[in-house]
Amino acid sequence: MSFPVLFGVLALLTIFGYFLGRSRALATAGGHVRNLHSLPNYYGYYIGLWCAVPGFLLLLAWMGFETSILDGMLVASLPADKQNLPAAELSLLINDVKNLSHGDVTSREVVDVALQDAADFYAHIKSMSKMLLTGILVVLACGGILLARQRIAPELRARNSVEKAAMVIMIICSTIAVLTTLGIILSLLFESLRFFEKVHPLDFVFGLEWSPQTAIRKDQVGATGLFGAIPLLAGTMLISLIAMCVAAPVGLMAAIYMSEYAPSKVRGTVKPMLEILAGIPTVVYGFFAALTVAPFFRDWGLDFGLTISSESALAAGMVMGIMIIPFVSSLSDDVMSAVPQSLREGSYGLGATKSETIRQVILPAALPGIVGSLLLAVSRAIGETMIVVMAAGLAANLTANPFEAVTTVTVQIVTLLVGDQEFDSAKTLAAFALGLILFCVTLVLNIIALTIVNKYREQYD
Amino acid sequence: MNQSISQDTTGATPVTQSDAAPGIKIKADKVKVFYGEKQALFDVDLDINENEVTSLIGPSGCGKSTFLRSLNRMNDTIDICRVEGSIALDGEDIYDKNVDVVHLRARVGMVFQKPNPFPKSIFDNVAYGPRIHGLVDNKSDLDQIVQTSLEKAGLWNEVKDRLDQPGTGLSGGQQQRLCIARAVAVSPEVILMDEPCSALDPIATAKIEELIDELRSNFTIVIVTHSMQQAARVSQKTAFFHLGYLVEVDETEKMFTNPTDERTQGYITGRFG
Repeated sequence: MSFPVLFGVLALLTIFGYFLGRSRALATAGGHVRNLHSLPNYYGYYIGLWCAVPGFLLLLAWMGFETSILDGMLVASLPADKQNLPAAELSLLINDVKNLSHGDVTSREVVDVALQDAADFYAHIKSMSKMLLTGILVVLACGGILLARQRIAPELRARNSVEKAAMVIMIICSTIAVLTTLGIILSLLFESLRFFEKVHPLDFVFGLEWSPQTAIRKDQVGATGLFGAIPLLAGTMLISLIAMCVAAPVGLMAAIYMSEYAPSKVRGTVKPMLEILAGIPTVVYGFFAALTVAPFFRDWGLDFGLTISSESALAAGMVMGIMIIPFVSSLSDDVMSAVPQSLREGSYGLGATKSETIRQVILPAALPGIVGSLLLAVSRAIGETMIVVMAAGLAANLTANPFEAVTTVTVQIVTLLVGDQEFDSAKTLAAFALGLILFCVTLVLNIIALTIVNKYREQYD
Repeated sequence: MNQSISQDTTGATPVTQSDAAPGIKIKADKVKVFYGEKQALFDVDLDINENEVTSLIGPSGCGKSTFLRSLNRMNDTIDICRVEGSIALDGEDIYDKNVDVVHLRARVGMVFQKPNPFPKSIFDNVAYGPRIHGLVDNKSDLDQIVQTSLEKAGLWNEVKDRLDQPGTGLSGGQQQRLCIARAVAVSPEVILMDEPCSALDPIATAKIEELIDELRSNFTIVIVTHSMQQAARVSQKTAFFHLGYLVEVDETEKMFTNPTDERTQGYITGRFG
């Protein structure tokens, strides 16, 4: 039986265990719930957990280790001359055997007898493995049910056990999230280290030229590869700055209007509409920036005698700013609305006007949340790719002039990895190093945000 | 703390309360208040005397807080609230369309049920009103106002060494006195208090009550309270509200010894409410 079917069987057994537990508990209590320590449901969950958890762990372990164990057995069954093949060829051979056992085509022109034998052997051990798994699973699940059923008695503290089990499950889930993050960081770090073997870290972090074209073939000339990240970081900062110059004032004012001035009906309509802005795919913003906004700025520049290139940081930054307005406005609106009404009334009661109240009471009280929303928007701006690819260009210019084309860290990561690449070239590995830098920048921003929030957090009771 | 208050009040030659006929500060005439379709107050006529404490009592939901909040138009902040009739402060209708609400609220200050200090320092809390109304020209004037106000609220000795610390860090009773100091700093003519002691322990309550008694030499005070003893202790005049109607209003002493209305009698003796 395949894994989905086995999961289904386990689920059915668990449901069966649940009902068994309920009825068993009621039976032992003489049909009266009040004689039981816990509600009948908890006895059901109790048996269900005893059935599901061991079975689930078994399935996970089997899924994790089956392939490597079967491969090992397969290799061991091969003739000695095949076993001693180089690793790459051996893995190709194993692939062929597997494909053959499924009845798929192989990479060989002729299928010899030995290969066919190996394929048959593989199919055999694979079906054995599945049968074994099915047997163990059913025994384990039924054993769990029987064991737990034996324990059911009116004085069994099923509720406490179930609560404890629920807590453990939640701990495991949060651990998974943390471990995934850790795994991503470590993989970034190790790939970056490989990159730093080829390019000196200082050249990378402080280099002023970015030109990642390297020779793919030995006989190519000219492309030396310069990996200085400064122009990319400068471009990222420039575009993020322009974006924040748009998003921060507009978003904050919108938030103030929504939380303090707007009647609740208007707020109920305007807020979801603003949040729709956040739901527009960034690629749509991208072509809006490239096809509408950028030409508009270029023509407008001509009128004023300015040279604005048709791919400019200005266009990309403006459109990105519009994209992140909802991040600022929606969150800031939430924190301002959370400022207790008693503070507003206290201020009005002293004869303050609405705007004085907002400036001197509401905004200071909501400051941590507002800063948090701004920094979230900055993180979003720094990580944004699509708009910049389409509207700001690929030229790694080191400039502070918003009318010129610039490029950002994310855009370069995309271009480094698009197309056919050698996976251990400096060019490809540079993407990981850029990713690491980006991660560090957003990490520092998040730490600053948390510090500000904690420092200025006010307790209202 | 009491020393500073008595010093202050004796120094300022207070208006004597025992004068025969105190002037009428606020005159409410046929006041009706609606929340949407629901009428919360019915034709309330009430005179509030200058330099007296007037207490409003009655069971929950009887409209006493609503009446209090209509005295400085705090109900304006509620969209669906509508006020009819007239409320005159020194003879001028405060619901006239020429009246500046902001100016009105500077003359009629308010202290709320739950202490609500701003998330600022103690000093800035008290200085808030004087600053927004431009009552001071320089820092030393402001320091003076802050000190006098805190003294009037009986808080100065407890906080004078930590004026730069957040007002939210004080205890409940101190926070409420800070809120009173904040209201006093604007030099209002009337101070409205909406159950100012309901969130406080008996000791803090006693301090606030003492303070109210001191304050009436300079201000007209209207207080909403659920505690009959409190009304009896601090007020000169008591008004009993029930189901949106002003049932009876009289000298506090008479109200608690010999009320005219049966409902008042029932409420103050604890038969209902």
